[in-house]
Amino acid sequence: MLEVRALKKCYGNVVAVDGVSLRAGVGENIGLLGPNGAGKTTTVSIIAGLLRPDSGVVTIEGRPLAGDADPVKRQIGLVPQDLALFDELPAMANLQLFAALYDLDGAPARRAIGEALDLVGLSDRARDKVRDFSGGMKRRLNLAAALLHDPRILLLDEPTVGVDPQSRNAIFDNLETLKQRGKTLLYTTHYMEEAERLCDRVVIIDHGKVIADDTLPGLYRLLPVTNLLAIELENGDDGLLLEPLQSLPGVRSAERRGGTLRVGVRDLAAETPRVLQWLVDQGHPYRHVVSERADLETVFLNLTGRSLRDA
Amino acid sequence: MMVPFRALVRKDIRLFLVDRRALLMSFAIPIAIGSFFGFVLGGQGQTDTARIAVLAVDQDRSAISREIVTRLTAEKSLEVKPATPDGARAAVRKGSATVAVVIPANFGQQAGRAFFGPQQKPEIGVLYDPSHSAESGMVRGMLAGDVMQAVSKEMFAGPSGRDAVRQSLAEVEQSQSLAPNDKKDLENLLGSVERWNTRSGRSGDSQAGLSGGLTMPFTTREEAVTANRGVKYNGYAHSFAGMVVQFVLFLGIDVGIGLLQQRQRGLWKRFRAAPLSRGVLLGSRAVSASVLAFFVVLVNFLFARLVFGVRVEGSMAGFLGVSAAFALMTAGFGMLIATLGKTPEATRGLSIFATLIVVMLGGAWIPSFLFPQWLQNLTVVVPTRWAMDGFEAMTWRGLGAGAALAPIAALLAFALVFAGLAVARFRWEAEG
Repeated sequence: MLEVRALKKCYGNVVAVDGVSLRAGVGENIGLLGPNGAGKTTTVSIIAGLLRPDSGVVTIEGRPLAGDADPVKRQIGLVPQDLALFDELPAMANLQLFAALYDLDGAPARRAIGEALDLVGLSDRARDKVRDFSGGMKRRLNLAAALLHDPRILLLDEPTVGVDPQSRNAIFDNLETLKQRGKTLLYTTHYMEEAERLCDRVVIIDHGKVIADDTLPGLYRLLPVTNLLAIELENGDDGLLLEPLQSLPGVRSAERRGGTLRVGVRDLAAETPRVLQWLVDQGHPYRHVVSERADLETVFLNLTGRSLRDA
Repeated sequence: MMVPFRALVRKDIRLFLVDRRALLMSFAIPIAIGSFFGFVLGGQGQTDTARIAVLAVDQDRSAISREIVTRLTAEKSLEVKPATPDGARAAVRKGSATVAVVIPANFGQQAGRAFFGPQQKPEIGVLYDPSHSAESGMVRGMLAGDVMQAVSKEMFAGPSGRDAVRQSLAEVEQSQSLAPNDKKDLENLLGSVERWNTRSGRSGDSQAGLSGGLTMPFTTREEAVTANRGVKYNGYAHSFAGMVVQFVLFLGIDVGIGLLQQRQRGLWKRFRAAPLSRGVLLGSRAVSASVLAFFVVLVNFLFARLVFGVRVEGSMAGFLGVSAAFALMTAGFGMLIATLGKTPEATRGLSIFATLIVVMLGGAWIPSFLFPQWLQNLTVVVPTRWAMDGFEAMTWRGLGAGAALAPIAALLAFALVFAGLAVARFRWEAEG
């Protein structure tokens, strides 16, 4: 189990990480979500032993991380944001080197390399130089390189930056497989869709501080509205009164945007028929209805007052 | 710890061997430049050096002036061509000729009279290119010898010599200023020369006695003092030592830049995330850099041995010791470079400039003994000077292992200082 307590790291007057605490249990997939510059990479770097915190502690299986050569670092696999590979060498040579960093040599190294390449689907490209790989293949190899020593905890720092959707899905599949194998994943991203798809729990970080740490349903509960109906009215919004609509049971909000009515409801299945019937009864037939669900973007907006992408 | 250490060293060597640019910079270019400089610096002692371009302006057209031009033309190190006075001056000014020798009208007659008497000496004009003052000095020396031989030959055996002797004899006889004893001795001397001239002219025997003129009363036997008797100085020994020093230091720059690039590409994060000590991470880089530098030194000198006959005339152990110490110094230098700048781009230009300066001061381009004495004294603080001295001592100078000890000690000291500074300055915690 990974536990981080009250980490703090400053660069001069800039506070990069300000009292970050989090826990990740066995087989848990934790998303570390935040805008660029929020302190995600610094947090991951401290956990991986690359940076020494000004204060706070990182423990792995209850043991604090101490020193460069601490054997407890074998429990961690780091997938850096950069493509940390030697382009000039074949994939196999890269993996042999990265395996050797963890004292893996000979048959155990070959076995570990074979399994990692199988997982990321690059077994047939083992002899090819990395410079001949596509961006997505390099990302997958970047992941494979962190798996060779069979770490219990994987730190993934924005592992899908710059890849096409197909490769991104392939990486997601790999991560889901790893999760099924009991690996603990700490996944930093500023893509909320990734966190929503992959993570059991999301830690939202902004300006170096944890501003939320919960499961997805828990985070959505922080919102006043989790489901939204976008209703395109046949006659525009002519004469429609919002107050009676807002007073319907289960309706949390209502607003007009041009010819579209946006209604926030607590329970989509229960409230939708009631709202639509009310509109017909009031002489406002509708042409088209779309439902939207609140997402982490909405959560971030609700918590910080800023959009995740604009922060 | 040996598995990761070996793997890291092997990785660096493999990266070097697959990098065409690195191979070019470590082997092809130093060999090409070393070969060129070695050739220019006299090669294996068999190469003809360029002859000095000399223009001869003969305004006298006498037997003596023609003899002077003939003798100059026969000099092996001169390339003599006839010219007019204006043409000669213009050619020297343009740099197409190094020296012009102008023999004025009546030179032969005046020189003959000045040979035996106190008459005013005629002048030979020597026009020279001031950027080639050394060559003009050589030409003046040869000219002095040739003029002396041509004039004395004519004076003792030629028709104008007989006239000059007769005229000098008449002047002595009529002189009021000479002391009687001096006058008598001079009359006897000139009378003897006149009789000699008359006899030579009658017999037509121009090969005997002084008919060839006065000659230099000595010859020289030159010997280049090198490793052993009979071993010639090999210019390639110096040029290859110089180029090896320069391009191995460039390899050191690549070591430093490579570390910065690994940091920039995130590879350093992967290395640091592994349970490895700083000693393993930096030590493996130092070892791989030393091995590569040592290898490059040996391959370049092997080429010089096979193609240009550059031998280790001194101690082989000393040569290997200097090579190893220089390789270690290069590794330390490379590690230090990695700590100087934040990005490879910013560091490369500065480190190349610094390297070229120390290479130049170390005598890799031109031998340090050509430096002014104060500069020779100053350059002992430059590691390349010790490397050059060590390589030259062990190759063409042929000195024993004892002569390698000081260069080895100095290079190891530089290696320690560089490595110490590198470890102290290394940014372990940089995120990027």
